[in-house]
Formats: sequence, structure tokens, C-alpha cells
Amino acid sequence: MIETALTDLWYGFGVALQPHNLMWCFIGVLVGNMVGVLPGMGPLATISILLPLTFGIKPVGAILMLAGVMYGAQYGGAICSILLNLPCHPPHAVTCLDGFPMTKQGRGGVALGLTVMASFVGASWGITEMIFLSPILVRVALQFGPAEICSLMLLGLLAGSTLARGSPLKGVAMTVLGLMLGIVGTDLETGAERFTFGMTHLDDGIELVALALGLFGIAEFMNSINQVVSINAKYTNVRLRDMRPSKSDVKQAIAPMFRGTLVGSLCALIPGTGPTIASFVAYATEKKISKHPEKFGTGLIEGVIAPEASTHSSVQGDFIPTMSLGIPGDAVMALLLGALMIQGIVPGPQLIKEHPDIFWGLVASFWIGNIMLVLLNVPLIGIWVKLLTIPYKYLYPSALFFVCIGVYAANNDMFQVGETVVIGILGYVLLRLGFHPAPILLGFVLGPRFEENFRRAMLISRGDILVFIERPISAVFIGLCVLLIGLQIYVRIRGTKPPIEIPTVLEGAE
Amino acid sequence: MRPGHGPVVHMIQNLVRKRDFYAGALVIFFGLVMALKGPGYRLGTLMHMGPGFLPTALGVILICLGIAIAGTAISVPEGEDEDILPKQPEWFGWACILAGPLCFILFGSYFGLIPAIFSCVFVSALGDRTATLKNSIVLAAVVTIFGVGLFSYVLQVPMPLLAWRGL
Repeated sequence: MIETALTDLWYGFGVALQPHNLMWCFIGVLVGNMVGVLPGMGPLATISILLPLTFGIKPVGAILMLAGVMYGAQYGGAICSILLNLPCHPPHAVTCLDGFPMTKQGRGGVALGLTVMASFVGASWGITEMIFLSPILVRVALQFGPAEICSLMLLGLLAGSTLARGSPLKGVAMTVLGLMLGIVGTDLETGAERFTFGMTHLDDGIELVALALGLFGIAEFMNSINQVVSINAKYTNVRLRDMRPSKSDVKQAIAPMFRGTLVGSLCALIPGTGPTIASFVAYATEKKISKHPEKFGTGLIEGVIAPEASTHSSVQGDFIPTMSLGIPGDAVMALLLGALMIQGIVPGPQLIKEHPDIFWGLVASFWIGNIMLVLLNVPLIGIWVKLLTIPYKYLYPSALFFVCIGVYAANNDMFQVGETVVIGILGYVLLRLGFHPAPILLGFVLGPRFEENFRRAMLISRGDILVFIERPISAVFIGLCVLLIGLQIYVRIRGTKPPIEIPTVLEGAE
Repeated sequence: MRPGHGPVVHMIQNLVRKRDFYAGALVIFFGLVMALKGPGYRLGTLMHMGPGFLPTALGVILICLGIAIAGTAISVPEGEDEDILPKQPEWFGWACILAGPLCFILFGSYFGLIPAIFSCVFVSALGDRTATLKNSIVLAAVVTIFGVGLFSYVLQVPMPLLAWRGL
């Protein structure tokens, strides 16, 4: 088994090292790293803007680039947290707690240097996990019928909406809303037009890019206009030679680095627990096993290294269910899956077999991309730090233009720009009412496939709804769903708060 | 409890102050739209599902979720931030952000890419409280030059640079 995995990986490197794929991967991680540093721009908005521009390139190059944006942004986000004490991106919020005190002590460079190291170790472990686990998962999943796929999707949707931040009830409501938005347009099976309200522009359904940019672009700008605090650039003067950690620093960092990696990879296996939760769990674990927990928050290396390693290992691990089962764990993964679908590739267990170039090329490009990021981050740190000081009042108008042209370029259709504006208003209203819009995207991407498989399962079982609990594998998934809901209700009734509380500063910062 | 009011009146008064009450109401509204419009698309049977089946089912689920969300608002004490609008509503800023893309649509459809980019960036930039007319013009000009170079020449987005399509 190890042998076949290594042969496949070797083949993947062959794909990823083709000059044009290498170029797309480089562009992806560069742009990702840049937006990761820029306050107020997340990977979600960036991937959606870039998405229409990838329609012209081959599927492999497109997915390498978009994935590169995603993990590239993780590297950039740490810079923002450590040097500015700004949790620009939720997964790095916890890094602020000990990262910024280190900066105040003049050790910001060391923290950054060690972070790059920890990120690479975490990511490498996540990739290794992907190489060996995905084929196993696929072998199991290939035996799934429509009923099993349906239950699995249900589990994925429930986990994605209840385990994320905010109230679980509201999360589920958003997922159902996403499923509804996915229904808009012509029904594939019967040709009936649903919820188009007589607008022929809506016949093909709501455009994925318009939905994503409305929710995570326009709504987010409305949320942050005139709210962004001025940036304290006092500590941003970091030189290359400050980044080299001393021997004792490295020695201190190694154990938390591996513990963080382990926590992250475990979190990646539970659907719905993305990098944000992984980083908080890693921090809490470090604090619990530490001999001097009271010192956390004063600039401890452990407090920076463990969450960062955990985030990166979880980010890479999140690709496992997305690529091998076709079930995305969070909104970013849903978007990447949507990108594949636009390219005409059906996600699911057959993906690895039918498009080995995409899967193994992606895995290999993770390693190449991560090495590029280490090389980029070290010498370019000065430029990234300069980017931090760009004021928001210049950023958001430019970003709005990118949003408009991105949506327009998707189908050369101005109507969809209008769609984005309407969805943006809806998104802002939802934000103000305390909803997190991320699960909408999850439901939207899975919606049509869910309906198709549900129909098929019902047809095969001759309309017997009990088929979902009569087939053993499906019953296990349904059982897990019930367990998940039961657990949520139990926590609610007991009135106990979840063990790790996410600071309020994160609310809506996605 | 204030004197002179029955417990039901008090409960309702308590409820309409809650953010979650309105959140639930919105969810119920979406559910109603689907559940009422769904059957119009033909429900079908479980074995041969019509196009209206899933929308109706999802609509009913949404209504239940909405009731649950609004219902939890009764039992929970009033939180600190129950306002739907933020403390300082940025009406002008929001209007500018929404007007930017609308300008893009209008100018893009009738006059071409250059006016579209310029108007979109210029109008939305005015939304910031510290923005000046001059600053916004400069920013719009810079983004226009960059945007035309990238999207028109490098990525070849099919949109004329300048056009006159009449009104």
C-alpha cells in the first residue's frame, strides 16, 4: 500500500512540476500570502474573485492555484497576528495572545521565524495524512449507493453547521437556506423552473461566484466600513536577521510543534471542525499540560507554535473529505469543490481514479507550495509588513471593483453583478441578526447533489424512507447525526459552555 | 415585572426587544415562501419525486427552525447587544458600498470598462469618513489604470474600454 501511494505521489510531482502548473501554484501562494497579510480580505473573497479567471485554464492548474491561495493565506495571517495584535483571520486569533507579547519584547522576528518552521511541519504532516488516508476512504466510499451518499451528506452538512461558531440552530437554518438557494433555477430532472420569479437570467441558477462575493465581499465591507481601527505599526520593523531563532528557542519549540500538529490532524478528521477550532484546542492543550500555565499570555513560544502548527496541519487535512468523498468541511472547501464542478469534474469517491492528475498533482503541489511559502516569507517579510499599513479606506473600494469584474467575468453577464448586490444586502442583514453566513455556501454547493441522490435513493427503494436506517453504513451515518444533535441539546440543557471559548473579537471576522 | 401588565404582555414586550426574535421571524419568512410556493411545482410521490418535493420539505424544516430560534429568545435573558443596527449606523457608507457596483453595472452597460471602473471605485471610496474628493479621484484613477491593464490587456475580459450605447 505504501508502495502504490509513493508511486502515485511520484506521478503527482510529475504533474505539479510541469512549468505551467508550477507557475499557477506560485501565483496562487503569492496572492494568498498577500491577502493573508492584508487586513480585511479573507481567503474566501479572494478565491471567489480569482475563480472566474480560472475558467480559461486547465482544471489542474486552476485547482492548484485556488488551493494555493487558501494555504498561502494561512502563512500571511500569522504575520498580522504576531506583529499587529490584529486577528485578521480567525484561525490566527489565538496566536495574538502570546505572539504580540513576544513582539513587544522585541522577539517578534523570532516568533515569525519559528512560526514558518511550525507551519511547514504541520502542513507536511497534514499532507502525509492525506496521501495515506484518502485512498482508504475512497475504497470504502466506492461501495456507497445513493442512500449512503445522502446520509453522509446529511452528516457533513449537520457537522459543518453545528460545530462551527455561533448558535447551532442558526447554523442549521443557514444550511437549509443554502440548500434552498441551490434549488433556484431549472430542475435537472424535470425541467421545471423553480424560484426564478419569471427572471430568465435565473434559469441556470444562482451563480456560485455571485453568492460567495455577496456574502463574503459586499456584506463584509458593509460590516467593516469605518469600523477598522487604525493600525499600530510601531513594531513592524522586522529584519531578516531578527528571524533566526536561537538554539534554545528551537529546542523549546519542537515538542509543542509536534503536539500542535497532532491536535490539528485529529481535528481535521472530524468534519466541520476547521482550522479555527484546531488552533484553539491546541492552545488550550498546551496551557493544560504546561508546568507554568499562568505564564501563558506573556509571550511564551509554546503559545505561538502549537496553534500555528495545528492550524496548518488541519488546513491540509481538511482536503481529505473534500477530495476523497466530495463532502466539504467548511465554506472554503465548498468553494474549491464548486470550482472543480464548474470545470466539469464530478466530485466524489471516483475523483481520484478518474482524475489522478488533479488529486496527486494537488497533493504534490501542497509540498511544493509550502516550500515556496517558506522561501517567500523569509526574504519578503519586509514587503509583507509594508502591506500591513495600507489603510482600509483604499482597500475596500479597490476590492469592490475586483468583486464587480470577477462576477462579470464569470459569465459576461451584468445581471449577476446585480445579484451580488442583492445577496450582499441579505448577507449583511443576516450578519446583524447574528447568523454566520458560511454554512450557506456549504448547503448551496451540496444542494443539487443532495437532491439528485435523495431522488435516486427513493426510486431504488420504491419510496421507502426507512431505507436510510435499514442499510447498515447509512444507519451509522444517521446514528452519528442523531448523536451530534443529541450532544448539542445535552450541552444546551446542562448549560455548560464548550470547553474552549472563542473570543468575541472573532465574531464576523471571517 | 412592571405593574399593570399581565405575564403574557410582559413576555411579548420582552420578546420584541430580542434580536433572535427577528432572526427567527426572517427564517420563518423564508420557510413560508418555500413551503407555499413549493407545492405549485408538483409534489409527486416519494418514489417519483416531483420538482416541488424538496423545496416544500425544506420550507417546513425552515419554519420549524425559525420557531425554535424565536422561541429560545423567550427563555434567555436580554443580552448586551440586542440592537439590530450597529451603535453608529453607517447609512452613507453602506449606500456608497452598494452604489459602487450599481455604477459599475450602469456605466459598464452603456459606456464601457473605463467609466465603469472609475465610477465604481470613486463612489464607493466616498463612503469612508475620512475620504476627500481629491483622494477618491486619485484612488479611482490609479485603480482604473491598473484594472484596464490587468483585465483588458492581460486577461482579455470581453468588455469595450469606451463605448456609447445611448440611453
